[in-house]
Amino acid sequence: MKARHKRFALIAAGVAALAGAVALVLTQFQDNMVFFFSPTQVASHEAPQGRTFRIGGMVESGSLERGADGTSVKFLVTDTVHRIPVTYKGALPDLFKEGKGVVAQGRLGEDGVFAASEVLAKHDENYMPPEAAHALEQAKKAQATVVH
Amino acid sequence: MSDSPLSAARVPSAGFSLFHYASPQTFFPLAGKLLWPCWIAALLLTVAGLYTAFFVAPTDATQGDSYRIIFIHVPAAWMSMVIYMAMAFWCAVGLVFNTRLSFMMSSALAPTGALWAFIALWTGALWGKPTWGTYWVWDARLTSELILFFLYCGYMALQAAIDDPRRADRAGALIAIVGAINVPIIYFSVKWWNTLHQGSSVSMTQSPTMATTMLTGMLLMALAAWAYTIGVALVRVRAIMIERERHTDWVRQLSQAGSNGDMNA
Repeated sequence: MKARHKRFALIAAGVAALAGAVALVLTQFQDNMVFFFSPTQVASHEAPQGRTFRIGGMVESGSLERGADGTSVKFLVTDTVHRIPVTYKGALPDLFKEGKGVVAQGRLGEDGVFAASEVLAKHDENYMPPEAAHALEQAKKAQATVVH
Repeated sequence: MSDSPLSAARVPSAGFSLFHYASPQTFFPLAGKLLWPCWIAALLLTVAGLYTAFFVAPTDATQGDSYRIIFIHVPAAWMSMVIYMAMAFWCAVGLVFNTRLSFMMSSALAPTGALWAFIALWTGALWGKPTWGTYWVWDARLTSELILFFLYCGYMALQAAIDDPRRADRAGALIAIVGAINVPIIYFSVKWWNTLHQGSSVSMTQSPTMATTMLTGMLLMALAAWAYTIGVALVRVRAIMIERERHTDWVRQLSQAGSNGDMNA
C-alpha cells in the first residue's frame, strides 16, 4: 500500500464515519428538524402540548371567514385527512389563498382551536404562466364533471 | 517536460499527462489562456439569461413577477453548493497526492463560494417577504444554507489565521472536507423534512416543474454563474501561485519576462 493510498483510505473512512454520525444525529432529532406539524400529527397528539408550534397544510376551500373588524380571520387547515380550525388577527401574506399551502405559528387551545400569532404562505415548486394555470384548472373541472 | 531538474522533481509522475498541469509552473500559463473564454462566455450568457428572464419568460400564475428572483436565487444557491463540493474535492486531492496546486484551487474558490451563498440567502430573503410573508425562518433549508455560508467564512478565517501555508492548507482542508457533509443536507432538506421552502423545481429524477422559457432563463443564468466562477477563480489562483511561489525560479523568470515585455512594448 502506497502512502497516498493510505491517505485516501484514511480520508474516505473519516468522511464515512462522520457522515454516519451526522445521519444518526439527524434521524434522532427528526422531530426537531420539522418546521411544522400536519393536522394529522396534531390530531394524534404528536404536536407539543402547552407551547407554541407551527401547523402546516392547505387552507380548506370555502373555509375562510373574515371577522367584522376586518383584521381577524378564521379558516381550516387541512391535510385532507384531518382539519384544524385556526384563528388569526393581523395582515395575511399576499399568497395566502384558499386551497393553497399555509404555515401558522401559535398555540392549540383547550377547545381544539389553534390561535395563530403568525401566518405564512407556503407556495409550491410549480411555475407557469397564468394561461397554463387557467387551462389546468379547466382540465381539472372537466375531469371532475366526467367522474361525477 | 521542462529541462530544469527542480520542476521535474515536482511533477509527481513524469509519464502521466494528467499531472502535467498539476504544477503551478505549467498551470499558470494555461489558466491565463482560459481567462478570456470564461469572461466572454459569462458576458454572453448573462445577457442572454437576463433577456430571457425579463422579456421572454412569462409572469407566474401564483406569484406574479416576484418569482423572477429565481433567475438569480437558484443559480447562486447551486453555485454555493457546487463550489463547496469542488473545494472539498481539491482539498482531498491535495491531502492524498500532496499537490500544492490543489490547495491553491480550493483557496481560490472560497471567496466566490461565500459570495454565492450570501447572494442566495439575500435574494431568498427578498423573495420570502412578498411570497411567504417573512424574510427569514429557521427551517432546515434556510438554516443549512446559512451554515454553508459560515463554513466558507470559517475556512477563509482559519486559512488567514495560520501563517505557514502548508499548515493553513491542511487546517482549511479539514473544514472543507468535513463541511461537505452539509451540502447533501442542504440539497435534500426539502425532501427529508417539511420546510417552508418549496421543493426543487429541477431535479435529476423528475421532469422540471417550470414553464420551458422560465427554465431556459434559469439555466442560462446558471451557466453564466459557472463561467464567472471559473474565470474569477482562475484569476485568484494565479495570484495565489505567484504569491506563494515568489521565491522560485519560474516566478522570477516570469517577472523578468514580464518586465522585458513591458519595455519592448
